[in-house]
This record gives sequence, structure tokens and C-alpha cells, in this order.
Amino acid sequence: MSESSAAPLRTADGVPLKVSLRRAVRRSRIKALLLVAPLLVFLIIAFVMPILEMLWRSVDNPEVSTHLPRTVSALEGWNGESLPDEAAFAALAEDLRQGQQERNLGLLSSRLNYEKSGMRSTISRTARRVGSLEPPYRESLIETNDTWGELDTWKLIKREASPYTISYYLSAIDRQLSPDGEIVKVPEHMQIHATLFWRTLWMSAVITGLTLVLGFPVAFLLANLPMRHSNLLMILVLLPFWTSLLVRTTTWIAILQSQGVLNDVMVALGVIADEARWQMIHNKMGTIIAMTHILLPFMILPLYSVMKTIPPSYMRAARSLGGKPFLSFRRVYFPLTIPGIAAGGILVFILSIGYYITPALVGGQSGRFITNYIAYHMQTSLNWGLAAAIASILLFVVIICYLVFNRLIGVDKVKLG
Amino acid sequence: MAIPSYATRGERIWHYIFLGICGLVFLFLVGPLLIIIPLSFNAEPYFTFSKEMVTFDPAGYSLRWYQDFFTSSAWLNAIKNSFIIGIASTFLATVLGTVAALGLSSRHMPARGAIMALLISPMIVPLIISAAAMFFFFSKVNLAQTYLGVILAHTALGIPFVVITVTATLSSFDTTLIRAAHSLGANPTRTFFKVVLPLVTPGVVSGALFAFITSFDEVVVVLFIAGPEQRTMPIQMWSGIREQISPTILAVATLLVLLSMLLLTTLELLRRRGERLRGLSPG
Repeated sequence: MSESSAAPLRTADGVPLKVSLRRAVRRSRIKALLLVAPLLVFLIIAFVMPILEMLWRSVDNPEVSTHLPRTVSALEGWNGESLPDEAAFAALAEDLRQGQQERNLGLLSSRLNYEKSGMRSTISRTARRVGSLEPPYRESLIETNDTWGELDTWKLIKREASPYTISYYLSAIDRQLSPDGEIVKVPEHMQIHATLFWRTLWMSAVITGLTLVLGFPVAFLLANLPMRHSNLLMILVLLPFWTSLLVRTTTWIAILQSQGVLNDVMVALGVIADEARWQMIHNKMGTIIAMTHILLPFMILPLYSVMKTIPPSYMRAARSLGGKPFLSFRRVYFPLTIPGIAAGGILVFILSIGYYITPALVGGQSGRFITNYIAYHMQTSLNWGLAAAIASILLFVVIICYLVFNRLIGVDKVKLG
Repeated sequence: MAIPSYATRGERIWHYIFLGICGLVFLFLVGPLLIIIPLSFNAEPYFTFSKEMVTFDPAGYSLRWYQDFFTSSAWLNAIKNSFIIGIASTFLATVLGTVAALGLSSRHMPARGAIMALLISPMIVPLIISAAAMFFFFSKVNLAQTYLGVILAHTALGIPFVVITVTATLSSFDTTLIRAAHSLGANPTRTFFKVVLPLVTPGVVSGALFAFITSFDEVVVVLFIAGPEQRTMPIQMWSGIREQISPTILAVATLLVLLSMLLLTTLELLRRRGERLRGLSPG
């Protein structure tokens, strides 16, 4: 026995079996990697890099250091206790003069305006007149616009000279840096983002809860019917799943709006008066109804696939052991469906907090999600750094949910259709 | 789901209540889609049923919104764009995704979980975030407002669906069939075309359908990275709903519901064919 194990097994061409096996494994590993490589490269370029670029943009802060290079270097040794000396004012005048000639002060003035309102007009007004200013610049600049005489303005310039900033993240959660560098809340009337984050979370939770309440009985029915019937009913679940999102949103507009089908029916039946039509859309209710409808299949399908694996004999056994129907259901059947509830719940929740189209169309002012503000900052206010910061926070929340989902269920076990 | 013979009276009543609840949920799921079909034949420019429609007066019905749709150059152009972008991105996603799925289902794939998570990520990341990110990046590399840019973006969004469906098909693929084919004298090429391909095709086709519908229905990314030249159907609908609300949208919606019925039937047939080929179900 010991002699034969001492001599290693060899393949036909004399290579030890172990070596040969290892070689074969390595070869198939490389082959597998090569097959995946093109897709991996594609996704890294077309998807991962854009996401990284967005994350970078949420902290990137090039404006002050690019457009006020002389001022920034003149402020290097400044202690921040009193107004800087003439050299800094002269540098500022020179920077603004150059900026005015090259007509590229727009980004700078918007950037500083996010931090201190009024800076946009201060910079554009000063820049227009900077050509005719005479030294000493300290006096002439302050005379042009007394904002330059404020200590806070200079502290702001010095602070924002750093190439990275957390101020976009702070404004994404309604905070800002005070001139002394402390984190403080923004004024009451400007606090919008934190409210929207909370609203997105609680409305998504409500939507998830509603899809569970509506989806559970249907999944139970589908899982317990004979194949022939359940396949037919399954079509009723899959049809909305396959129908365009915009179509589903449009139908809810047609149904819920004040001159819509539901209100008309209610008026015709005499349930409500013509003047007192229900306001069911362009508010929170519109968003909740439409999104529950849209996301319901995502709850039913995972629930169904879990319930399908629970043998009906378990319930029969529970009954025969004396359990009342409700007790047997609660103690035997329900615990077995929890993986499905978790899968469907997290899936619906992840999809819901990232929804943009439906809240934008049927949510009105009060039913908007944080996603609508990402779009607003991207397209209207053009504060892309803030949009990137809000998006990064949302992405972080989604990734956490996704990791939980992956831990519990495994993403490759998701079934489609 | 039959009621067992030992059920008490209370249980029977509960059973029918339960069926009633399920019926209501099914109505909630499908009702809205069915309501818009008659609404799209409205003769009036309203989103609701007119008196004539309720009394089935033919004067209340018309095809004017369909005529509107098929004669409007904006809509026709949008359909064309949607098909160009949809077909191109589906092709790319299907080819890349299927090849990658072959690698992923190899037993020796290293870092399988991490790679899978990365490939699935476009499905998990909210569209608005992908759209914003792609806008930043694509405008930097001059891909924004081009067909190529939109196609590449939609390819990325469609890939997870292809990868998931094809790996699922491959995981249930019985490799002994290949050996059986060899032992019966088929060479590798013949084995591939006669055994492997027919078994894998349904998975690939349904993955491709998913990718196509993803692109065909996608608004947010197009909204951000496309220019006026690349207006797709969903964008046309989106601005239609926001700006000039007209029942033409309902006509389009009806056509899209019919399209989804068609897709659903195709998928169901594919699924049955796949099961039959694998011997999972009779006939």
C-alpha cells in the first residue's frame, strides 16, 4: 500500500496526474475568463467608469483653484483673522480681469453662489468694472462691492481653493459649512432634500407593504392551483409586467384624474357630487397607487416561486395534528414563505426608491421622490455636483439593500417571467 | 385549489372570500390596461368615456387618434429611432451576454460571485443614477447626443437580462447529452448545432426579448443622453403626457399593450419548447 502511494499516478504521456489535472483546470479557468472578458471590458467602460466619474464629480472642486489661481496663492499664508493684505486684493483683481477677458467666470460665480448667496452678482458686477479699477485694489474693490470687505468672503475663497469638497454632500442633506468651517443646518425654507429622502423611504416602504398585502393571496392562489389554471392566471400577472411603464402610468392618469374614469363613474353613480371630485392624482396617493400597480408583479413572482416549493402535505399534516386553519397557516405555512417575502420585499423596495418616471408624471408636487431632484439639479438648476452627491447617497442606500438581498437570496436566483 | 371535504362552513365562506380578494387583485393588475383600449377609440379629445361611448353610439367612436399616430412624422420618426436603437443594442447585449454566460457557467470560473454581481449591476442601480452618470461620462467622450451613445447605454442596461436568462438555461443544461451525441457518432460541430444550440436557443431568445423590451421602454437614459435627433417612442410619450395631453397617447398605449401580449405569447411558446426539448413536460 505505502509503496504504491509513493509513486505518483501518471497520465498516458508520463506527466504526474496532479500536474496534468492542475493544468487542465487552469486552462478551463482561462477559457472561462476569456469568454467573460469582452463583456466585462464593455461594462467597465460603458457603466462602471461613468458611475466612478459621477462619484468623483460629487467631491470634485476645481472652480476656485482654476479661475482664481493668483488669489489662491496669495491667500496661502493668510491667517483668516482680519482682511487679507493688498497683495491678495491685487491678485483677485488680476484674476477677475483675466476671467472677464476670457469670459469664463460663470462656473466660478455659480460655485461660490452655492455657498454664499449673492456671490454670483458680486463677481459679475466686479468683473465688469475691474478693467477701470486703480490701485490700491483693497480700497477700490471694496468700494465697487462691499462683499469684498467681508471676512467671510475671503474665508470662503480660501476654503474652496481645495481641489475636493464635501459641501455637495452637505447640501444633499440640507447642511452647509459656516464661514468658520462648522457644519450647520441650512435655513428652514431651503431644507428640501432631507424631507425628500425620508419621503422616498417611507413611501417606498408603504408601496412595498401594499404589494405584499395584494401579492401574497395571489401568489398563494397561483402556487396552489393545478398547473393548467395557474398558467392562465399567470398571464394576468405577466401582462402588466411586460407592458411599457409609460403605458401603465398613462392608464392611471386616465383613470384617476379629476375628469377621469373613476371620478366619472363615482359621479354617475351618485357617490360623490360633481363639484367634489376626488383628487387622486398629482399627489402622494397617485404615486402610491400607480407604483403599487407597477411593482406588484415583482412581489408576486418571487413569492410564487417560493410557495411553489412548499409541499401542500405540510398544511394537511398540521391540520391532522389538530391545528386550526389559521394556526396551521401561521405556524407552518407562513414561516416557509419568509424567503419569498424577503426577496420580493427588497426587490420592490430597491426598485421603488430609484423610480423617477412615475412619481414625476403622477406625483405632482407632494408625491415627488428624491430622484426627481436629481433630475431637477441635472437639467434645471444645473448644479451637477449636487446632483452627483444626491445620486451617490441614493446609490449607497441601494447597494446596501442589494448586499442584503444577495446575502439572503442570491441575485443569480432571480427568475424572470 | 379545491376545498377539502373536511372543511367547515366557516372555512368554505373564507375560501370564497379569499377567491374574491384574488379576483379583485387580478382586476387591479389587468383592468387599467384593458380600460385604455376602448378609450383610445374616443371621438372626443378626452381621457374618459363620453356619453356616446357609454350608450354604444357609433358616433362616440372613431379611429382619429390612430390616424393621428400613423400620419404624424414625429411619432413615425420616434418609432424608427426606437427600433434602430432597440435592435442594435439587443444584438450587442445578446452576443456579449451569451458569450459571457458560457464562461460564467463553467465550473472553473474564478471570482464568479463578484463578476456576476458586476454584470447584474446595471439592473440594480436606479436608472436615474445610471442616466446621470452616463451623461457626465458620455458628454466627456463626445458620445452624448449620438445614436452610438444611446445604443451603448441601452446595451449596458440590457446585458443583465441576457446574462441571467442564458446562465439559467445553461445551468439546467444536461452535459451528458453532449457525451451521448459523441458516443452516437456526432462530431463536435454537429453536436453543437444539433444538440446544444436547439436547447440553448430558447434561453438566448428570451434574454434578447428582455433586452429589447428594456431598450424599447427606456425613458430616463434617453432623456439625459440623447439629442433631439434620437427621440424615441417613450420620449415622445413622456413629453406627450407632460405637455400636450392628447388621446393619441392612448392609441399608442393600446398598440404597445398589443405588442406586449405578442411578446408574452412568444416567451410562453419558447418556454414550452424549451421544456419539451429537455423532456421536462409532455407534449
